[in-house]
Amino acid sequence: MKKLTRWLSKNLIRVYAFLGFTYLFIPVFYTFAFSFNDAGRSNLVWKGFTLKNWKNPCGAPDICMALGNSLKIGLISTILATILGTLIAFALGRYKFAGRSTTNLLIFLPMATPEIVLGASLLTMFLNLGITPGLVPTIIAHVMFCISFVVVTVKARIASLDPRLEQAAMDLYANEWQTFRRVTLPLVAPGIAAAALLSFSLSFDDFIITNFNSGTVNTFPKFVYTAAARGIPAQANVIGSSMFFIALIVVIAGQILSNKRKAKI
Amino acid sequence: MASIRGVSVKSLGLKDNKSALPYLLLAPGLVYLAVFFIYPIVSLGQMSTKTSSGEIGQYKQSFRFANYVDAFLESKEQFSRSFIYATIATILALAIAYPLAYAIAFKSGRWKNVLLVLIVAPFFTSFLLRTIAWKQILGEEGPVIKVLRGLHIISPQTSLTATSFAVVTGLAYNFLPFMTLPLYASLERIDPRTLEASGDLYANGFTTFRKVTLPLSMPGVVAGTLLTFIPAAGDYINAAILGSPSNKMLGNVIDARFFKIVDYPTAAALSFTLMAAILILVTVYIRKAGTEELV
Repeated sequence: MKKLTRWLSKNLIRVYAFLGFTYLFIPVFYTFAFSFNDAGRSNLVWKGFTLKNWKNPCGAPDICMALGNSLKIGLISTILATILGTLIAFALGRYKFAGRSTTNLLIFLPMATPEIVLGASLLTMFLNLGITPGLVPTIIAHVMFCISFVVVTVKARIASLDPRLEQAAMDLYANEWQTFRRVTLPLVAPGIAAAALLSFSLSFDDFIITNFNSGTVNTFPKFVYTAAARGIPAQANVIGSSMFFIALIVVIAGQILSNKRKAKI
Repeated sequence: MASIRGVSVKSLGLKDNKSALPYLLLAPGLVYLAVFFIYPIVSLGQMSTKTSSGEIGQYKQSFRFANYVDAFLESKEQFSRSFIYATIATILALAIAYPLAYAIAFKSGRWKNVLLVLIVAPFFTSFLLRTIAWKQILGEEGPVIKVLRGLHIISPQTSLTATSFAVVTGLAYNFLPFMTLPLYASLERIDPRTLEASGDLYANGFTTFRKVTLPLSMPGVVAGTLLTFIPAAGDYINAAILGSPSNKMLGNVIDARFFKIVDYPTAAALSFTLMAAILILVTVYIRKAGTEELV
């Protein structure tokens, strides 16, 4: 007993961290486990193990159409937000200019505004202009809320660069464009990739803003929310779990890649 | 001349550029935010003082600022509930996330990157699915309630779902990574030698934490609490899935006003009030905590 208390007090923080991670992962595990449930329409109670949901992920009506829309919206929004946000990040991270603090404020405000206000205000504007909610308004909305997150992520990467590397390139007679292309951009690239991944996951998982601006267009989160009232099909768990594993693989692959690059340098 | 400009690399690495280049870089993104963030907020403001023109969904501008008073009086209960729930959830998230971030920053060794990925990983399973999973875990058929009832910790009549407890834990759970990452970022920057120095000066573990670690991690605490509090105060998903009608938050009212009752001016007035309240709180909080550089 004494040994146990001594071990506990020494490792308290580790035990605590373990409990914290357990708390984080219980719902993920639950979602994954219930993707194997042989439950029929309502996936509330465990009825028995089956692989049929994984063999036929599109088995529930409309689910794959909703998934397709989410992927489309996520991909287009990510590309646009990453371009716009990266340009701003370079301006903020590399230049002194008048209007800097106003720019910082304009980037910070969308992050400090609750999603419901962002969604409601865009919908109000679209209705005022006579634009029907749908796919394009949804993409417009997603690009808007992703830009700030891209700026913050890429800016942090630019700020952590060693200015001497660029100086060295310039000393070796590279002009500004060559320095940017051959030195700065490759060094900032991991930050841009992280920002794109973040944008995609924010867009793919967004419900509140999407619900305001998508009209009749269904997305995966909208599908889940509507289905929740009458019981979610296990296929939704299959898709949720797959996204989890795909994202994990992408992140780990990126980590290995960057470790290899570091080893080369 | 182009190769080595004295000004090109200063201590900050910022270039003193008189050319139009920074503005060209900024223009597309900032114009986008002006059109699709600022202008919609203005539209929302205009909508909030309109009145119905008779037909459903048609409104005329009559600068009726009493809309705000009406809207607030009708939903002051949900309004205060939003802020109370968000505050408790933020404190809860801070209590869970701080030791977690501390362990990753100081005790994880070569597992650091793996653990960081694990903090973000639950994000990739749709947050709606995870919230619904919570409902099942805490629900009547779930394991938690069976254990608690079996051990006679709660009476057989007590439920865990459809309570404010469920909504607050749901909020704390959903925004936990937003709390953990900024905390980790600020803890990781602390030089371990400052902690050793404190120990050398006869501070015990608790004093070192209170006088050295905590003050140095304040930027992370501020950023984390804001990133948790703001979305939690505006959230309505947790209340909708995990709560009962008596746990409704302001977000639920705005949502219903928009989609069920089709009363845009009231919804707009409520949204505007929510945004203003949050901005005022955030400004006061940042002033008090004394950190300006957030972005």
